[in-house]
Amino acid sequence: MNERRMLSDNHYEDVIAEESVCISDNLVYDRPETLTSTPMHYCPGCGHGVAHRLIAEVIEELDIQDKTIGVAPVGCAVFAYNYFNIDMTEAAHGRASAVATGIKRVLPEKYVFSYQGDGDLAAIGTGETIHTCNRGENILIIFINNGIYGMTGGQMAPTTLVGMKSTTTPMGRDVHDMGYPLKITELIAQLPGVYYCTRVAVNSPNHVRKAKKAIYNGFKYQELKKGLSFVEIVTNCPSNWKMTPVESNKWLEENMLPFYPLGDLKVPQKEN
Amino acid sequence: MKELKLMKGNEALAEAAIRAGCDAYFGYPITPQSEVLEYLAKEAHARTGMVVLQAESEIASINMIYGAAGTGKKVMTSSSSPGISLMQEGLSYIACAELPCLIVNVVRAGPGLGTIQPSQSDYFQAVKGGGHGDYRLIVLAPSTIQEMVDHTKLGFELAFKWRNPVMILTDGALGQMMEKVELFPHIERKFELLPWATTGKTKDRERSIITSLHIQPEKMQETNLHLQRKYRSIEKEEIRFESRNCEEADVILLAFGLVARICKKAADLAAEKGIKVGVFRPITLFPFPYEEINRIADNARIFLTVEMNAGQMLEDVKLAVNGKLPVEFIGRMGGIIPTPEEILNRIVEINEGVTV
Ligand SMILES: Cc1ncc(C[n+]2csc(CCOP(=O)(O)OP(=O)(O)O)c2C)c(N)n1
Ligand code: SF4
Ligand SMILES: [Mg+2]
Repeated sequence: MNERRMLSDNHYEDVIAEESVCISDNLVYDRPETLTSTPMHYCPGCGHGVAHRLIAEVIEELDIQDKTIGVAPVGCAVFAYNYFNIDMTEAAHGRASAVATGIKRVLPEKYVFSYQGDGDLAAIGTGETIHTCNRGENILIIFINNGIYGMTGGQMAPTTLVGMKSTTTPMGRDVHDMGYPLKITELIAQLPGVYYCTRVAVNSPNHVRKAKKAIYNGFKYQELKKGLSFVEIVTNCPSNWKMTPVESNKWLEENMLPFYPLGDLKVPQKEN
Repeated sequence: MKELKLMKGNEALAEAAIRAGCDAYFGYPITPQSEVLEYLAKEAHARTGMVVLQAESEIASINMIYGAAGTGKKVMTSSSSPGISLMQEGLSYIACAELPCLIVNVVRAGPGLGTIQPSQSDYFQAVKGGGHGDYRLIVLAPSTIQEMVDHTKLGFELAFKWRNPVMILTDGALGQMMEKVELFPHIERKFELLPWATTGKTKDRERSIITSLHIQPEKMQETNLHLQRKYRSIEKEEIRFESRNCEEADVILLAFGLVARICKKAADLAAEKGIKVGVFRPITLFPFPYEEINRIADNARIFLTVEMNAGQMLEDVKLAVNGKLPVEFIGRMGGIIPTPEEILNRIVEINEGVTV
């Protein structure tokens, strides 16, 4: 949800009364123990909520709630700590991977993950991202690429597609002025410290299943002390893309995925 | 048995960190303090298992500190002025989230890239907040290498007592020079599970959240009021200063850190000329000894503040004095250290009633 809307109704937490959503008639499946009952503030159809749920499910299935520490970014997911029922730290904009490094270095037996948007991870935090990956910190980085600055109201992100409109590229992203979208995941995959690097999406049931597997792998490799796992999740931002959720998922499929193709960029080598 | 050693300031401080049971150091090289990181890289891990990591920048170091401090471990970083400037956003987060940690600023002269020579020109930044928002660091100003050692231990104690970042504000001269120090015995590294720390949520407790975000104005104001109440308590309990011959003095010199030592020398020279000179040295710069300075102003004729900056502590001295008597100033900048003789000359002038 964008900050400007928060400013106009900053009691949004009360606005969505829990009772009106969580009635038994609506119950299709249950909430994992690793998610709190706090209603999420994300816009309808936003990929952040799905990504949260997948992470929470994996933590529950691996039974590592008491050993996991998450790091929230500055971005729409800034309140992630309200939703995950685990210990969490809210980092400064872009610094989540450095914060995760600090935690992991002093608590090497715990599971540590950061959860970061594209502005957070690939613009202001590029330095921390590259060096955390290059050191091969034994953590999991979840990278939410929605091609836009969601929280601040739809400005251009480093990942905004060529020609894509944002509030700061009203005529569409022009490469002469703004350069090309940054495929940071492809860069990360080159680094020897990175053990596992993959790109997934959450816009369809099939993609969601694969995304969950990738997150599962990331935690599993951490348990095995293999080094850094990097999972990019290509998501939507219906609000700032100015589309309905359904339109946004279609647009994502037709525009984002050709430029950000799904699949593994780096998988563990067979060990002899 | 006493353990006496001849040591360089930065190395003595690093040795003290190991002995104080520090769990982790994150830092980035910058003159004149790189010896801290170098000494720890060589000594610390092998001796105590302490984590030592060279970060890619001071921005990364302070955010590693933020993460690691949030687990309740004893963590520290050090840098010099330009690097400390880069840490300000992180320090603001740490102060708001109330995380204990130790930050060392071995000050060099600015502004800008400045010079690698010693200075005290980061006083304002250290004691008035530095980053955005209303917050305070507890600031210790050692004047000897012995105090660099002692303040490292004290700094960790205060950081945990108050859940507040503590800064040791020293300078390039103290960092680089050698003196005899008495080292305290090793304190064992032990890990205590603190109720607020992020160590993994167990079934028997609520989850720990470390954040500085309180989007509702009422909550953010409450956070601020809580911090302010804490700072008032720190002001009541933690003021430290050294006062030498201030009760009978006509002229009182006020200085912190290294400069206070030069002032003592100047005061001795003045005594030989029959002038009664006191020396007042704040040891904590936040909290600042306003009341004591105001009290000693009752008996003296004039104050002379001496600093290696353009007059930063001077403003706090004037606030403390509140117009009771004139406050003169000597300020050296750009890495130049004032000499006892120039201070003496000014004392003599002042004493003869000549004020500049
Ligand atoms: C130092 C700093 N600069 C700028 C901001 C403002 N800001 C908050 S979130 C954000 C961009 C977030 O975009 P992204 O990381 O893509 O996350 P999304 O909201 O899209 O999930 C910016 C610029 C800030 N909070 N801190
Ligand atoms: S749709 Fe966009 S603005 Fe809304 S919560 Fe999701 S990322 Fe943020
Ligand atoms: Mg984004």
